[in-house]
Amino acid sequence: MNRTELKEQIEGRWPGRAQCRFDAVNSISEIICARAAMPELCGRLFLEWNFSFAGLVVEEGTSEWQLRYCFYGESEAGWVHVLATAPLAEKTFPSIVKFVHAADWHEREAEDLFGLIFEGHPRLGDFILHDDAWQEHVEPMCRHFDARKAMQHRKPDADWRPHRIVQEPGAFVMPIGPKFSGVTESVHFLLETVGEDVIRSTPRLFYKWRAIEKLAEGKTVDEVLLLAERFAATTAFAHGLAFCQAVEKMCDAKIPARANIFRVFLAELERLRQHTGAIQEICESTALVVANSQAGILEEDLLRISGELTGHRYLFGLLAIGGLLCDLPDDACAKALEQSQQTLKRLNELEKRLRISSSFLDRLEEVGVVAQRSALVYGLLGPVARASGIVRDLRKAQPYSGYEHFNFDVPSEQEGDGYARLRILFAEARQSVRIMEQAVAALQSGSIREPLQLHAGAALGCVEAPRGGAFHWVRLADGGRIARYRIVTPSFANWHGFHLAVEKFAFQDFPIMLSTFDLSVAENDR
Amino acid sequence: MSQWVINGLRTGIKTTVYPRDAERAAGVTPGLPCGCDAPSPSAAAALVDCCPTQVFSRINGKVLADVRRCIHCYRCVHGIEHPAAWQQTYEWATVRDWQNEFDQSFKHSIHICVVDAGDCGACLNEVKQLNNPYYNMHRLGFFITPSPRHADVLLVVGPVTDHMRVALKKIYDAMPTPKRVVAVGACALTGGVFANSFVCVKGLAEVLPVDVEVPGNPPPPLAILHGLLVAAGRKSPASLMASPSAIETNAAKF
Repeated sequence: MNRTELKEQIEGRWPGRAQCRFDAVNSISEIICARAAMPELCGRLFLEWNFSFAGLVVEEGTSEWQLRYCFYGESEAGWVHVLATAPLAEKTFPSIVKFVHAADWHEREAEDLFGLIFEGHPRLGDFILHDDAWQEHVEPMCRHFDARKAMQHRKPDADWRPHRIVQEPGAFVMPIGPKFSGVTESVHFLLETVGEDVIRSTPRLFYKWRAIEKLAEGKTVDEVLLLAERFAATTAFAHGLAFCQAVEKMCDAKIPARANIFRVFLAELERLRQHTGAIQEICESTALVVANSQAGILEEDLLRISGELTGHRYLFGLLAIGGLLCDLPDDACAKALEQSQQTLKRLNELEKRLRISSSFLDRLEEVGVVAQRSALVYGLLGPVARASGIVRDLRKAQPYSGYEHFNFDVPSEQEGDGYARLRILFAEARQSVRIMEQAVAALQSGSIREPLQLHAGAALGCVEAPRGGAFHWVRLADGGRIARYRIVTPSFANWHGFHLAVEKFAFQDFPIMLSTFDLSVAENDR
Repeated sequence: MSQWVINGLRTGIKTTVYPRDAERAAGVTPGLPCGCDAPSPSAAAALVDCCPTQVFSRINGKVLADVRRCIHCYRCVHGIEHPAAWQQTYEWATVRDWQNEFDQSFKHSIHICVVDAGDCGACLNEVKQLNNPYYNMHRLGFFITPSPRHADVLLVVGPVTDHMRVALKKIYDAMPTPKRVVAVGACALTGGVFANSFVCVKGLAEVLPVDVEVPGNPPPPLAILHGLLVAAGRKSPASLMASPSAIETNAAKF
């Protein structure tokens, strides 16, 4: 389907209620849509025309609300944004969750932070702002809310009980977290059970909510870049890059070729390191001690390679709007590549050993299965989706930073179990090194940063982060300050679907499923 | 399964020589900026201005660096005429007056309870690295425990978000005395980039009495190890850096 066909289809199906226009700056087809027609229209895009749901951006204008549901496809139509507006006094919108289940948490978030009401949504409330701590009707993302003042909280209510689903006799809730196990991120799980198996799993997140989107408002672009890099530091470079891209797209910047190649090189180095870390966690969760140590060595090796090349082990302080903050020497890059190749060789050996360790495979195979259909409906992203047979990768679907010039494959598996997810991690690590090799070969001398002129506007930056697609929506006001910053992270989508893997499996498999999903709480909570 | 035994033995010993000796491998630390004599008043002013977290302050022609605030943005190194001096060290932990006392019975092994109070994942990942063969904290008698009841040291990462404050207090109260609190990372020390907001405090010290502070964003595993050794009284705290109180007094004078 191309843009013209899309326009004809939409305007023919909803005459007078939906209008399709093309935004050339961002190459986005914008559909301006009557509120009532929105759910069905979004459903058509998502369920029939096979568009992926990227995220919901709510913006509070001077006189009206604007809701922007972002979709993207691999076809020529590319990005499609569905827009609906309403006067500020009217806070009710129809929920699209009935058709686009992937938007479930996006609408819950908008309800919590903006006070919007989504009619037809099955469950609103107690999401980001925990009911037991926050007063009613606090809307922190609204313009009138002062983010510098400390909040007056409720006293913790001893009688407060979380939402329960299973009501059978003998059913009980097993609460886990926010502090659990050794070195883990803070998250709370409510596992409902009548005995051995988990029947319902409800993660209670946002213990680490730092309100990045609110903090960014009114700040300069350079200040917000620091936030973008630091809110989820295990994938810092990918998120920083997504933010830079949004600003650069808006200002129509030309990124020097050398900077683009370095961006690709560093993004793949980060992916390699992050996947190795995920593999280490899987080995740890199955209590395979030697493999855990081996993967731990490889992860630390990659951290040291990053540190030696760039000065920082997590690639902080490299990105700048318009390129990179500093140039890297060619020979240092070649050395980092050679070291990464060595590491990959040992990673391949580790995979070979793991694939013949029956006690290890027993714990991963047919555990935490996510069916392809469920993964599609929940809009899962990244390695988790690819393990369930959804071959979707932004580097191929919507290439950025010159990824279209690189040869690589997007690995996929069909089983959707823990073992498939592990195999994907190994396969993607190999592809990352393949891309790094091409990047070093393509290095050319030249400048590393182009100055650019900031002006008001809005754009979406998207990056295939190690855990999946990341989308950063940036609106600049006059004077180059941030008016709205919306971050949609892969972990946000994958946490939403995490319960698919957990339910109907035994308690002892829970840590394994958690590790094979490779979820980041910091990335989700923002 | 014998393949794993052979594989493990073949790998040999990877463990760092630290704390017996200095670790010299490349890429183990991002380093920190340090104070210097600025070549000119304008260079000093440029340094003070370039830092988004106010690390530098200028006193009588000298530039002082409060490294607790450093978030490794490298704005003071790249794109500036006179870059800041950089120390490629990792023994950074400082003591913030002993709030809690340890007795002799803690000189052998220490159990650590790690709490994530809003961390971005980097500090936590670096703490996790302490268990890998390169750092192997067990050889020094440090063990991670999930339960606060078994813990001697509370290690906190992250700027302390509102939602974690209650949990953090409960964990601290559940720990038996004597106990010590180690704050790890710029966010736990000063709030980092998340300070000045309605959901984060400006560092752990606003919530709990802090004994040892480890700066860095994130501090590398060796720096965290140094912090733990300082908390256990087995290493002396960093002396190269101006203590926070000295900087505050100086800043007041300025």
